[in-house]
Amino acid sequence: MNPRGMVGYHPEQLIPHDHILRYSFKERLNHWIAAGSFIYLMLTGLAFWSPWLFWIAAVLGGPELSRFLHPWIGLIFFVSVCYMFTLWANQMNFEPVDKEWWNSIGYYIRNQDEKMPPAGRYNAGQKLLFWSFFVGGILLLASGLVLWFTESIPWSLRWIRYISVVVHAGTALLMIGSFMIHVYMGVFAERGAFGSVIRGDVSLAFAKRYHPKWYKEIVGESDRSK
Amino acid sequence: MSQATLRVQKISGHSGTVPGRDTQREYTVCKLVDTTTCIGCKACEVACVEWNDMPFSPTAFDNTYQTMPETRWNYWNLILFNEHEREDGSLQWLMRKHQCMHCAEPGCLEACPADGAIVQYTNGIVDFQQANCIGCGYCITGCPFNIPKFNSVTKRMYKCSLCTDRVSEGLEPACIKSCPTGCLHFGSKDDMKELAEIRAKQLRDHYGYDKAGVYDPPGVGGTGVIYVLHDATQPELYGGLPSNPSIPLAVKFWKHPLKWIGNLAMVGGLIGLFVHYLKFGPKAREESDIASKEGQ
Repeated sequence: MNPRGMVGYHPEQLIPHDHILRYSFKERLNHWIAAGSFIYLMLTGLAFWSPWLFWIAAVLGGPELSRFLHPWIGLIFFVSVCYMFTLWANQMNFEPVDKEWWNSIGYYIRNQDEKMPPAGRYNAGQKLLFWSFFVGGILLLASGLVLWFTESIPWSLRWIRYISVVVHAGTALLMIGSFMIHVYMGVFAERGAFGSVIRGDVSLAFAKRYHPKWYKEIVGESDRSK
Repeated sequence: MSQATLRVQKISGHSGTVPGRDTQREYTVCKLVDTTTCIGCKACEVACVEWNDMPFSPTAFDNTYQTMPETRWNYWNLILFNEHEREDGSLQWLMRKHQCMHCAEPGCLEACPADGAIVQYTNGIVDFQQANCIGCGYCITGCPFNIPKFNSVTKRMYKCSLCTDRVSEGLEPACIKSCPTGCLHFGSKDDMKELAEIRAKQLRDHYGYDKAGVYDPPGVGGTGVIYVLHDATQPELYGGLPSNPSIPLAVKFWKHPLKWIGNLAMVGGLIGLFVHYLKFGPKAREESDIASKEGQ
């Protein structure tokens, strides 16, 4: 029995005052390691990307420091993404409901969430974000290693450099796009989402509205008949 | 390093106008290397190391007349050697003085992200400003001639400066001054082109080198170092001199279309998200609001 008098499948995740534990401490800590390192990489990367943004490198301690730290922080980001993979990959498989979710994306954009097919712990958009960061992380690491030690690439293999500069920039751009949407959703669009990755919990109402399938998994069928 | 008398017409990683562009009547300077009269004595190599006060580095003997396999951060000028077997079976020793080509459209400068780390003076010299260099190595990727070299201690890039300090005082570069055979010439680009064509014609008309010609590749806008070759149709024989060099396609794509597509997408994305918030707002104003929607 949980505080609401409901039979839960995972009552251990139900916490007082009508909240559910959504992210464990490990998940939250890793999320913020990934987030912090990604933001540093994005800012220093943008400084090297455009002369208009080179001042960012100066603000962050000088362009030489940025050039020195960027690869090392990149390694931290990659390790964090790998740990994220071990935490979440088995929950990120695309299911039939995800296709329905994509087909209904217009409702989601117009905030008509009641018309969306029931999402599990992660909706299709969150799954795509996860995989784009995982694949992107691998591509950025591979191309980034070439750029890190570019003087060690022999002249006869210079095509590796050419591929790497384009892959590194192109992948980073796509990931910045994903990141912008992710931050917008988490901070501005879905009230309660930002707190959940800090404190770990969401309200029952939040879970029921945005992740109905997951809500049922945790809470079980509600005895509050509507 | 930059000299007060030299003005700058191109700057790497720079947002804004360039102070010296079209502000000065100035000759484009040029080095002419006549490979047909080079004897591979290495006087120019030594002169370069001497004038630029560079620390010595060990040579690498590989059973040829070449001092080392590639130029180094402290060895900017190298005579590349190739024993070429001609169709009739006879041998020909090809010697080419290899150094920065001082391209009119420099790939290194195009690729460089650091403001002012690479400049091109109004006389056409492409010069690295190590004080501004961040050691990222993008210039290595941008260069079609394998010239910029990394110093792992200072974490900066180095290459031939065309003796900027000498040229700005009206002197010829150290390598030119040291050449004992007169195969090296220095002057305005126009004069050097004329001299090179005269020499190439002489080789064709009087020495039996039917394919003799001048190497001044248009793919990089022409170069500040031009060659007279016995066989201008096969520049690769001369230590891998590319026959039609240009800034790598990947670098052009990265620095032009991708940059503009990316910038538009990022700015457009920010505006799009902001407008979305103005139009639709948050999915629910407060958490209590979610609950009230539940109750509807």
